[in-house]
Amino acid sequence: MKNTIRDIFKNGIITNNPIFVQLLGLCPTLATTTSVSNALGMGAAVIVVLAFSNLFISLLRKIIPKQIRIAAYIVIISGFVTMVELIVKAYFPAIDAALGLFIPLIVVNCIILARAEAFASKNGPIESFLDGIATGIGFMLALTCIAAVRELLGTGALFGSADGTGGVRIFGEWFSPASIFLMPTGAFLTLGFIIAIVQKLQEYLEDRARKKSYEADAIAGGYHETLMKDPETGKIVRKTVKNTPSPVIKEEIIEETADEENTAERTAE
Amino acid sequence: MIMFTAILTENFIFSRFYGCCPFLGVSDKPSTALGMGMAVTFVMTLSSAVTWAVYNFLLVPFGLEYLKTIAFILVIASLVQFIEMFLKKNIPSLYSALGIYLPLITTNCAVLGSALVNIEEGYNFIESVVFGCSAALGFTLAIVVFAGVRERLVFANPPKAFRGFPILLISAGLTAMAFSGFSGMSF
Repeated sequence: MKNTIRDIFKNGIITNNPIFVQLLGLCPTLATTTSVSNALGMGAAVIVVLAFSNLFISLLRKIIPKQIRIAAYIVIISGFVTMVELIVKAYFPAIDAALGLFIPLIVVNCIILARAEAFASKNGPIESFLDGIATGIGFMLALTCIAAVRELLGTGALFGSADGTGGVRIFGEWFSPASIFLMPTGAFLTLGFIIAIVQKLQEYLEDRARKKSYEADAIAGGYHETLMKDPETGKIVRKTVKNTPSPVIKEEIIEETADEENTAERTAE
Repeated sequence: MIMFTAILTENFIFSRFYGCCPFLGVSDKPSTALGMGMAVTFVMTLSSAVTWAVYNFLLVPFGLEYLKTIAFILVIASLVQFIEMFLKKNIPSLYSALGIYLPLITTNCAVLGSALVNIEEGYNFIESVVFGCSAALGFTLAIVVFAGVRERLVFANPPKAFRGFPILLISAGLTAMAFSGFSGMSF
């Protein structure tokens, strides 16, 4: 398995964004996104830990026995977290005060263990290091996104300090800050809406890709396409008929319409 | 006082966000949520006691306080392993219900979080154990309440983009709003 650098970065930042797509590491995501500065600080700390723990786990992957690998990974990760914690405490006391316990809690951040298990334990050191950086950047971007929404709506400014003062005012005096966005409720709501937007986008892109392939087919072979509802099952069926002497009929179920059915299925799950 | 604060006003999930992963992962049925909550309560009470002892009797005398993160995570990991073996042998029904979630407790920030808060706040032994236990009870309360909310959610029919995770987060937000009502009560 060879991963190009471009693939690794695209995968870490967009296709498999740790927060928006994989939904990993939610605790720090929700807790540290009250201001953009906090989000950037947290993101930077995670990038460092992720990159170096990936690198070392990858270097040691042939030595660590399979049965105790999780414990070994956790020790390696917590070693780096301790280093980062001490560095932050020494050089960036403001960030340390704002993030509180969430720097040591990077140890139990699922993203890092997930990348160690899924990537670093199977790939070479350089690739793993890059994967750590890419995933870390994806994490930081997601955090910054959420933090920007929350800080803007919660204080009307950006890049302020943790207590909601200072920073660059984006909205004028007419804007009365909705401080609920700085509270836990706001964190859940913001993340919920952002993920909804991401899902919508994914759906749109998939739709477009499917439509494109159909159009290409239609031009190439002279397809005739109809949408119809199957009277028996209540499913919408896309019926494609190829215009040749002996018509080729292709049927594809697009979506189940009956909502009751949907609900029933989800209940069963 | 520590107890009420930890259960209601400073609820781990809704005000500190510790333990959100299992909170969203295991809360699909109140019974599973309760089981998970009990497992967490058990682990957290024990780990509060053990980590307090490790910190004060091992790390402080040798001036190794900065190693606390590493030491605590190892203590927690081995405790979880022990509980897993114990449940497997003695209460197989609970084991099969919690099965895959037990190892997840290791990576539950609530457990490590409570251990670190104990040290940060300078609690003594009794206070630490009480704090660990009641924080975990708060976790259990939150996860069970939310599982109840989530059960009703199955019958809702949100817009397509909101299906699955987003609607879950939004209802979690509303539940958090309800819990923030407690913060008016200061003990």
